[in-house]
Amino acid sequence: MPGQVDALTVSVWRGAAAGRYVDYQVPHRTSQTVLDIVTYIQRRLDPTLSYRFSCRVGVCGSCAMTVNGVPRWTCRTHVDRVAKDRKLEIGPLRNLPVIKDLATDMRAFFDKWARAKGQFQPPATPAADFARVDPASAARREADAAIECIGCAVCYSACDVVAWNPDYLGPAALNRAWSLVNDVRDAGGAERLAAVSGDAGCHSCHSHQACAERCPKQLNPTAAIAGLKRATLKAALTGAL
Amino acid sequence: MSARAQTYLWFAQRLSGAVLALCVAVHLATIILAVQGGLSAAEILGRTRGSTAWAAFYAAFVLAVAVHAPIGLRAILREWTLWRGRGLDAAVALVGVGLALLGWRAVGAVVG
Repeated sequence: MPGQVDALTVSVWRGAAAGRYVDYQVPHRTSQTVLDIVTYIQRRLDPTLSYRFSCRVGVCGSCAMTVNGVPRWTCRTHVDRVAKDRKLEIGPLRNLPVIKDLATDMRAFFDKWARAKGQFQPPATPAADFARVDPASAARREADAAIECIGCAVCYSACDVVAWNPDYLGPAALNRAWSLVNDVRDAGGAERLAAVSGDAGCHSCHSHQACAERCPKQLNPTAAIAGLKRATLKAALTGAL
Repeated sequence: MSARAQTYLWFAQRLSGAVLALCVAVHLATIILAVQGGLSAAEILGRTRGSTAWAAFYAAFVLAVAVHAPIGLRAILREWTLWRGRGLDAAVALVGVGLALLGWRAVGAVVG
């Protein structure tokens, strides 16, 4: 087989919350991604394996899994970078219920985006003109830093606070809220800040920075959460919260 | 607890943490300097007794502890147990009051 050099032993989680790791022998090829491995197993070795993917080029955010204990986007993770002693362990994302094998139930993750008021809130009266946003303004630059999230849930899976406190909104939802706090066209204001405050919100973040460490897009949700902490304090001191 | 109250709680812990960083540094430096000439109760009391400055310093230190520790304890208990609600808030507030009273009593004993 072209490019094939040897075989990898790949342990893959099979089952739901109760299950076990099953070993597969997969040919190792050059420039092979972890998603290639999972696809090979499903197409050649065991068609009952369930997993989720779509674009295969790091845009859609649907193929995240736990690879050798670390949450990663599998379509852009090269096997050569993560395999240890020709071995890989591939499991579902942490902090989310497992539906089957490598597919997790993402509802809690996305419901929290809604709870953090992660949708654009237009003003009650439509603006008379286009909003003119200076690309160099501080607010626009803050929004720029937060806006590239692909919703892969790698940060959510990496976050210890989510593991300890299931109500915690998590890095992605709070990061999204921060991009809207910095959107000058948005009218969500104090209502959104109230939604992201307190025990389930930004004030519970321990600033461990696991989210920033693992984000495949190199975003920094910890910095976004720190911004929310400052914004909520300012709102509280001015009576807006 | 309201969003505003929880925001103030977070700020109180940040602020008291900053005060503690300073107080702990001064306290440790004092200990290291004080033991150079031998450590005794008389030596400590000689420095603190009647000193308004040390009384003010340690009174502020105790206040920072009494604010900082219960808020942190509340977060830890919420993360590691199922305890929630007003009972938890009242319990940690009581811990804070206890720390303040015991701490200030100790300060009074060494400066009085």
